[in-house]
Amino acid sequence: MGGYSYDELGAIFAMQGFAGISLFSVLLLMALGLAIIFGQMGVINMAHGEFMAAGAYTTYLISSLTETYIPAFMPYYFVFSIVAAFLVAGILGYLAEFVLIRHLYKRPLDTLLATWGLSLIMQQSYRSIFGAREVSPTLPDWLMGAYPATDMIDIPINGMFVLGLTIFTTLAVFYLMFKSSWGLRVRATTQNRLMAGAVGINTKKVDRYTFALGCGIAGMAGAAFTTIASTGPTTGTLYIVDTFMVVVFGGAASLFGTIASAFSIAQAQSILEFFISGSMAKVFTLLTLVIILMFKPEGLFASKVRR
Amino acid sequence: MSFVYEKLFGDKKGMVGFCILAALILVVFPLFLDSFRLNLVGKYLTYAFAAVSLVLLWGYGGTLSLGQGIFFGIGGYAMAMFLKLEASSPENTAIQSTPGIPDFMDWNQLTELPMFWMPFNSFTFTIIAVLVVPTIFAYIIGAAMFKRRVGGVYFAIITQVISVILTVLIVGQQGLTGGINGITDLRTLNGWDITSDSAKNLFYFINCFLLLGVIIASRFILTSKFGRLLLAMRDKEDRVRFSGYDVANFKIFIFCFAAMISAIGGAMFTLQVGFMSPSFVGIVPSIEMVIFAAIGGRMSLIGAVYGTLLINFGKTAFSESFPELWLFLMGGLFIAVVMFFPNGLAGLWEDYGHHITKRFAFLKRFFAKGKIESTSVDGKLEGAN
Amino acid sequence: MSDKSDNQRSWGRRKVVRALGALPLGIILASQLSWAAPATTTGQAVTDDTVTVGILHSLTGTMAISETGAQEAEKLAIKQINESGGILGRQIKIIQEDGASDWPTFAEKSRKLLVNDKVAAVFGCWTSASRKAALPVFEKENGLLYYPTFYEGLEQSKNVIYTGQEATQQILDGLNWVAKEKGAKTFYLIGSDYIWPRTSMKIARKHIENVLGGKVVGEEYKPLGDTQFGSVINKIRLKKPDVIYAAVVGGSNVAWFKQLKAAGITSKKQTLLTISVTEDEVLGIGGENLEGFYSIMKYFQSQDNPNNVAFVKAFKEMWGEDSVIGDVTQAAYLGPWLWKAAVEKAGTFDVDAVVKASEEGDIELTTAPEGYVKLHPNHHLWSKARVGMWKKDGQAEVVYTSELIEPDPFPEGYQ
Repeated sequence: MGGYSYDELGAIFAMQGFAGISLFSVLLLMALGLAIIFGQMGVINMAHGEFMAAGAYTTYLISSLTETYIPAFMPYYFVFSIVAAFLVAGILGYLAEFVLIRHLYKRPLDTLLATWGLSLIMQQSYRSIFGAREVSPTLPDWLMGAYPATDMIDIPINGMFVLGLTIFTTLAVFYLMFKSSWGLRVRATTQNRLMAGAVGINTKKVDRYTFALGCGIAGMAGAAFTTIASTGPTTGTLYIVDTFMVVVFGGAASLFGTIASAFSIAQAQSILEFFISGSMAKVFTLLTLVIILMFKPEGLFASKVRR
Repeated sequence: MSFVYEKLFGDKKGMVGFCILAALILVVFPLFLDSFRLNLVGKYLTYAFAAVSLVLLWGYGGTLSLGQGIFFGIGGYAMAMFLKLEASSPENTAIQSTPGIPDFMDWNQLTELPMFWMPFNSFTFTIIAVLVVPTIFAYIIGAAMFKRRVGGVYFAIITQVISVILTVLIVGQQGLTGGINGITDLRTLNGWDITSDSAKNLFYFINCFLLLGVIIASRFILTSKFGRLLLAMRDKEDRVRFSGYDVANFKIFIFCFAAMISAIGGAMFTLQVGFMSPSFVGIVPSIEMVIFAAIGGRMSLIGAVYGTLLINFGKTAFSESFPELWLFLMGGLFIAVVMFFPNGLAGLWEDYGHHITKRFAFLKRFFAKGKIESTSVDGKLEGAN
Repeated sequence: MSDKSDNQRSWGRRKVVRALGALPLGIILASQLSWAAPATTTGQAVTDDTVTVGILHSLTGTMAISETGAQEAEKLAIKQINESGGILGRQIKIIQEDGASDWPTFAEKSRKLLVNDKVAAVFGCWTSASRKAALPVFEKENGLLYYPTFYEGLEQSKNVIYTGQEATQQILDGLNWVAKEKGAKTFYLIGSDYIWPRTSMKIARKHIENVLGGKVVGEEYKPLGDTQFGSVINKIRLKKPDVIYAAVVGGSNVAWFKQLKAAGITSKKQTLLTISVTEDEVLGIGGENLEGFYSIMKYFQSQDNPNNVAFVKAFKEMWGEDSVIGDVTQAAYLGPWLWKAAVEKAGTFDVDAVVKASEEGDIELTTAPEGYVKLHPNHHLWSKARVGMWKKDGQAEVVYTSELIEPDPFPEGYQ
């Protein structure tokens, strides 16, 4: 890297770190919902990306409605659309659990197929409702653009926003799982479903709300991602494999593992991308993960639960 | 005679089912379909190889691979490389800056054939590569995973990731692989025009015989002691291990065998369709192969073939008339097959087939020569399900 | 899965549910029966008062997004031709097939259109991969394909008429313009990782280095569908190029422009020239994220000439007021008209005769929305390159129009 001043190199270093953190927050926000569903319930939700898209489309819908009916509200609608996205995706998840998933808890591989079918149906629904073209909600001006910290360093505001949302969501999930009585019930159910039922926990209800929560978080991710990427019927499929890798690499039942794994994957990917081409960076990252998983199949942080 | 029966067809019912299938694809289709439709059926039947491999691996072995596209792709690419080299003779490619190498290499400024392409000048080597390369690849993956007792969901996800890696790699290295367009414009096999109708018809029959052969070979494996172990492993892996069997080796074997079958399908695909592209390697085709097997009945080798045919006929028919409906229907089928009839078409046949067979019982009496009483213990191959 | 115990019970609730589940299978089988009777006419599907053509685009799958406009334009052109009396006194009938974003399906459907339906011409394909898959079928069955997309060149088939621009027609004049107008010396090339961007960049690099005397300071390819551009943007920031030259496609395109804006790289600070953004893409990207950036195309919806005003009006009447018209849509619209001109010149629908008529180099359209086009003997179109600057409302302002450029699918010195 000859020919560059220290200032420049320093700035790039900082910016590069930020690129990694931004990817980290994207991966983590997607993976949190999946980690809850997969880790706590053992369900493979291949339609996770489509729940995310549900959130993104909700945002788009609210944006269009606001623009038409109450344009004065435009700068603020986005915050509400995140909540709405959470609710819409959560309710869809609740329904999916009720109709589909609850019949398949004993057959994890079959949930994988059934949710794949669900994802096809959801994709086609989006296509029928919103059209095959990609849509883009009109974002409030304060969200787009950059904050020029120094001459060289521009901090993307949407990236900061997603990061903030991710931190908030992560803390909320931790609180919910480890400090609330509901979380206690979820963990009890995960560790021993029969005993949990025996002490009076309604495990079916716990399952349903856990699934809905996971999908709701995916919906929030979808709303947040409208600021950095596109929304189309098949948007969800772009993230699903990466997200699964994050969860599996982190160790299925460990939320902390999910965070660590999202962080290391994101940093590895973005640093590699700086030096080699995007395609090869992706190949190397995934290949490394696969190889590590071959030696350490339980992931970074193994769950203590006996299987 | 009865020994051969049992070894190859399982039981009488299996024999009948096998003969019906053979009659359908070898006699009925060629008689009633024009050569365009027949060629289509031939293409579908190449997917059936992968579906059959999944019956072994998933239905009996309990190990779901979401990466059969990997092996289908390797087989297909190996064949495509051979055909492409033949199509890229110096005379055919005289307008290129480097004649004698495939056109996409020339566009990517390659000036000589890469090393790993060289052996594909030989047809014999290509055939061996189609069979051996996927097997070795499967062995590496299988050994790494099964020895460490990775299975179930983890195995599914990791095979899926490997298929993603392979796709990105093929698309990204377009100078070596043809990139996203794949390897196209394949015309001759040892000087013989493979795009002609007569060639396509011949490939169709070769394909059918290979498929039937694969089914017989698979049946042979399943009716042997190995097949029983496979089922036992699926249901109570630990007990089999504690009985002194090396579970991992059995799994590796069946994974390798499944990979080889899929690769044969891939090679036949290239021959019949005339090109190969990364869109047959990735996530979507791999999962579709699973649904073929699931629709047919994950425990039924023959069902897998019917499942493949049915879905692909459906895809063609629906996308001709109402394309929007197709994905809804496909998604609905996925869900329905998992929730309501986990044994697929074969299961439906088991449940409702006797209504039909009863109607034709008089035929049976008519042809009976005394000892039809060997009605097999149960027609099902399910074992404990 | 206690199926056995189920069998003993009579027709219970679960069985009904199962039977319902089997219903779709029945539907498939039933619809399959209609398959058995293919049309068997000899020669082409031409009667005394009709001629049949095929339209083959993806209506489903990932490419449906892009291909919708093209098939709409083709239908519009055919409707207009029919209203003005058809071709050789015959009305055009359309058989539409879905390529489903799946390349073998394109080959399969081409074969169906040519062999079973005996269509006189096919308007279709969008991606290079789909064209490459269908091409051997067209050559073998001696069909005629009108292909609308701007593409990488390096191809010239007897059986294909390319109504979009090949790489040199799109790239060279745009680069000349940016070098002259903006005094650009250093370029950063970025594209999606597949053949069209790579070939385009190869040509661009040769032109920049050998003709313009400029320098390529970076060349980058991202996997299709990738949505993370942070690292690439940092690299660009470090290299400080005069011009970013981009060919990012699909969903990545949206992410790319949104993240550029978020990183503070806007048209105020940076010149960006792209060859992959038309009015269609702007819908997804959002005009505000593109404002002030440039696209090189041969057609923009905002072009102000009588042909185009009439075309845009007719298109919106047929397909809705909200529809937008991109470069490829316009090129697709040319297909049926070029075919009409060639057929009328040849006096027959016979493919060989139509191709021969097309190759004489005097088929021209003065009514093309983009202006004037002429068919070159090498099966491509003479056309003009235009640079458009994007505005917030999603339309472009044409800031530069070239002379008529000769198509050159195999450019000397650029390979």
